[in-house]
Amino acid sequence: MDFQVVVLAGGSSKNLTPLVSKELPKPLLPVANRPVLSYVLHQLEQNNLKDLIVVVEGEDTALVVGAWISGTFIDRLHVEIAAVPEDIGTAGAIRAISHHLTAKDILVVSGDLVSDVPPGAVAATHRRHDAAVTAMLSSIPVSGPLDSGSSGGKDKAKKLGRYNIIGLDPGKQFLLHIATGAEIEKDARLPKHILRAVGQMEIRSDLMDAHMYAFKRSVLQEVLDLKDTFQSLKEDVLPYLVRSQLKSEALSNRTPQGEENGNEKVTSQNNQVFVSRILANSSTPSFHDHSSENPDGSAPTRKTHKCCAYIASSGSYCVRLNSIQAFMDINRDVTGEADHLLTGTSSDPNNNIGPSPKLGTKTTVGPHCMLGEGSEIGDKCQVKRSVIGRHCRIGSHVKVVNSVVMNHVTIGDGCIIQSSVVCSNVQLQERVVLKDCQVGAGFVVTAGSEYKAESLARKEK
Amino acid sequence: MGAQKKSATARVSEDQEELARNPLQAILLADSFATTFRPITLERPKVLLPLVNIPMIDYTLAWLESAGVEEVFVFCCAHSKQVIDYLESSRWSSQPNFSVTTIESHNSISAGDALRLIYERNVIHGDFVLISGDTVSNMSLTQVLQEHKERRKKDANAIMTMVVKKSKPSPITQQSRLGTDELFMAINPVTKQLLCYEDKAEHSKGFISLDKTLIADNPSIILHNDKQDCYIDVCSQEVLSLFTDNFDYQHLRRHFVKGLLVDDIMGYKIFTHEIHSSYAARIDNFRSYDTISKDIIQRWTYPFVPDILCGSSAIKVERQGTYRASDVTLSRSAHIGSFTFIGQGTKIGNDTKISHSVVGEGCTIGSNVTIEGSYIWNNVTIEDGCQLRHAIVCDGVIMKSGAVLQPGVILSFKVVVGQQFVVPAYSKVSLLQQPTQQDSDEELEYADNTSGTGELRSDKLNGDIAADLSETAYELGTGGVGYIWSVFEGAQDEEWKHSVAPIPKDKLVKLMLDKDEDEEQLTQDGNVLSASGELKADSDDNGSEDDDNADSRDDYGFFEKEVEATFLRAVHENVKVDHAVLEVNALRLSYNMASVDCAGAIFYSMMKLAVESPHHSASELHRNAADIITKWVKLLKSFLHDIDEEIEVILKFEEMCLESAKEFAALFPQVLHLLYDKEILQEDAILRWADEKEGADESDKVFLKSSEKFVQWLKEAEEEDEDD
Repeated sequence: MDFQVVVLAGGSSKNLTPLVSKELPKPLLPVANRPVLSYVLHQLEQNNLKDLIVVVEGEDTALVVGAWISGTFIDRLHVEIAAVPEDIGTAGAIRAISHHLTAKDILVVSGDLVSDVPPGAVAATHRRHDAAVTAMLSSIPVSGPLDSGSSGGKDKAKKLGRYNIIGLDPGKQFLLHIATGAEIEKDARLPKHILRAVGQMEIRSDLMDAHMYAFKRSVLQEVLDLKDTFQSLKEDVLPYLVRSQLKSEALSNRTPQGEENGNEKVTSQNNQVFVSRILANSSTPSFHDHSSENPDGSAPTRKTHKCCAYIASSGSYCVRLNSIQAFMDINRDVTGEADHLLTGTSSDPNNNIGPSPKLGTKTTVGPHCMLGEGSEIGDKCQVKRSVIGRHCRIGSHVKVVNSVVMNHVTIGDGCIIQSSVVCSNVQLQERVVLKDCQVGAGFVVTAGSEYKAESLARKEK
Repeated sequence: MGAQKKSATARVSEDQEELARNPLQAILLADSFATTFRPITLERPKVLLPLVNIPMIDYTLAWLESAGVEEVFVFCCAHSKQVIDYLESSRWSSQPNFSVTTIESHNSISAGDALRLIYERNVIHGDFVLISGDTVSNMSLTQVLQEHKERRKKDANAIMTMVVKKSKPSPITQQSRLGTDELFMAINPVTKQLLCYEDKAEHSKGFISLDKTLIADNPSIILHNDKQDCYIDVCSQEVLSLFTDNFDYQHLRRHFVKGLLVDDIMGYKIFTHEIHSSYAARIDNFRSYDTISKDIIQRWTYPFVPDILCGSSAIKVERQGTYRASDVTLSRSAHIGSFTFIGQGTKIGNDTKISHSVVGEGCTIGSNVTIEGSYIWNNVTIEDGCQLRHAIVCDGVIMKSGAVLQPGVILSFKVVVGQQFVVPAYSKVSLLQQPTQQDSDEELEYADNTSGTGELRSDKLNGDIAADLSETAYELGTGGVGYIWSVFEGAQDEEWKHSVAPIPKDKLVKLMLDKDEDEEQLTQDGNVLSASGELKADSDDNGSEDDDNADSRDDYGFFEKEVEATFLRAVHENVKVDHAVLEVNALRLSYNMASVDCAGAIFYSMMKLAVESPHHSASELHRNAADIITKWVKLLKSFLHDIDEEIEVILKFEEMCLESAKEFAALFPQVLHLLYDKEILQEDAILRWADEKEGADESDKVFLKSSEKFVQWLKEAEEEDEDD
């Protein structure tokens, strides 16, 4: 398909402490007992997008992530691992690996995306319109990851701050305006010139930017070269491209089409435009062509480029793992309502319980639960809507509700764990009560202690 | 399901009953309260101007009648007598089931006044159609009325339904077709509620602003630039009382519609109804006059077309859209082109070419005349060899031989153009002199246009106007009579937009370039935005805190301004300190600020005043500051309850020295000392400030360093105290 995929896997994330650590960087954070990165990679593999660059923050992380990928996807994907310094932003990361990019179009995916939206469809939309950039938008989940739990009671204006304000053309194909809610202080300011060209614009505030973009490589590289202050794809590059779509600066000194394929002939270019128009199902030229024409109908004097949107169908699942709340929600959803994401992967589709669990007598494991390989549960335990990792030892009379327990965790008798995350190698001694807590890797919780809404982590360094 | 259906049908029948009980009423404003048709409207009201040889108001009334309206109240103001006389003599006075009542006013200057007056008359008893007398339409009202009523049942606040229509698709013609201003509307696609209406270039920046709460409330909003407002509104009775309640509402759109949209206390809502196949447009200016005339000739407004509307005088429609009255005297060699209307009793000479034009009744047109895209009203004499392009020629005009009208010319009643005279493009010529008081303020323009002035002038016309004219006759060549109105400043570049003449190419290019400029501004703006965006953390961050901060920052800015204004007023009007304290406290409450903010804001205002009062040297500035501080020490102190607030004052001062009032930078230690002396700042506050600053960046410590001595002295003094 001549698409190169860049997976921005990130590294340590402040939002996710204490869950992430040097040994367990964000890309490898387990979601239903498999690294979050595997969901993206799996989707890409399914869509036959096999030429990947996985960008990871920090050399150490790169080693860990690289080892996992080569172990899991060996021979199935062609993956390069690139390490970039931390805190250079998404645009910075692309800039750093720019010399690796060779294909005509680049698909940039965030490594923390858990979604069933086919990336291939985004790529196809991008190609069909011969767009400079195509962004995937998904509707905001009804009980969204950011909305539920503690932040439930906030008022609408605040809620808006988190989402995007997106302007679409009547056909919902082109992206005319994008702003994150946070940028808007009092009122949204919408550009009139684009509106004039299009005639009508639909303003949606119920869509979110899913951090999956297809870029035309030449455009992306040029923008990154030109604007060396751009840090973020979402906040700088994409809005810039959308803003300047009727007056493309990035392309003003070159022809937009076919310039990178030096062998392409002029005639075939025209054909390509023609074909792309037919594919776009528009017998009349789009507004981009209109507005590039002079009033007297002479040859276009202004360059335009197209910014497209791919809107995921409302039933699809699309959430980013970017907070602890999201981590819990995704774990719950993937084992529950969105369990189709697990199908086709290595594990047995219908039985979420690993091959050799040992359950004590009178122990119940409710639906939407997952129990990793080699874990043992004692007598009279209850597990509801929770994920339990591999080789955990859980004593008797333990209650685990709405929680995520990672690998090699020891839970003593009589513990009650609610809405909490327990990382690997944690030891919970007898009668520990946790509610809304996060326990960092290797932590030992002493017997009988009770915690509520706390973040417990081993003191490092 | 079944039950639901039943109730729906029951409701419909109920509606019909209701319709039967309350005859559908309409208010027709026979005055546009605008000056776009001057100079013609100085002598005749706009609604009586012929549109393809039939007065505009006839189109409106005929449509209202066909749409099932039973009672029309015609509100006349300017030239009310002419309107009343016309209506009395017309067929409308004797229609069965269609009563036309006139309401006369002499002092209304706006649509708002008109509606207030109608409210007082208490003649409207239910939903009504609000329309102005210059609207041409053939839409059916059944659906929009139905929708309106249904909505009213569910939500009593849905008081108005506006009719909109999609305008032509090309971006260039969108606004230029009717010569109206660009219109931006935001509509909720599901409920069709109107959320934003922006018609003037008031926010001429390249942005439209949508309020945040609107976006939060409506997950999907469609912003339209491709719709035209038909100025046909279905209103509920409350609309009239709203006009009475808000006595400052003048303009239907600019004040009323926007007022309702902005006001969220009453929660009144306006909805839109889009028509697709039917026609509706309002004649707002000469350009729309031209466009709509063409639409009528091309029969878009069917059945409201000349041959059907005036059934008596047989008008025949010929090939290529040529309308010809029965007794036209036409020379054999005259050539009548397509889409042309020739009225009764008109004589046309040899080799004359007429195309895309309207020629009224009783006109005499000589030989070798070229008429193209022009509107010639009744009893006009055009002598041999004249050329008219895209002009409007009113009743009784005489064009002497060889006269030329360049595109966009308006000749008002009875003007005489001299031989071989070329009237320059876009001129407006009238027997009446241009009113001298030209005010850009629209409200006053309304006032100008009231019947009073207009009628007075026409009285004058009958009397001594001939004498007046003889002096200035040279303006229109030998034998010409009339004044060429000068285009007043500002409107000059707008003239082509509203004129009958097609927009010249270079203007179109300019229009495009204007857009470009907009765009450039925008990109610049955008860059500024993104520059600030860079400061934001990684995209992982969901940014809700930023949002809060932004809000409060903004609020604080307003608050500070208010406090400053209050303070300045207190200074200039010698308000007592106690009163000033009260006022500031009131502001504090209304903006929900802490007294820390008050202290900061007051101190800021004081220092700003000191900087702004005249001074020549630093020492004078210091004295200014000292004077002001001495005088208002009590005001400031009443907000300084504890050390935090005092520290805030110091921080504020630092900020000012760095930003708005750099002159103070040199005086920082002195002023600090002054504040200490006046017991505004306690030494604890200063010391704590110094402590806090100790750990700051070097750049932040500039002022700490400059006041080091003073701080040192304070410290020593304290130590001594402790020693004691």
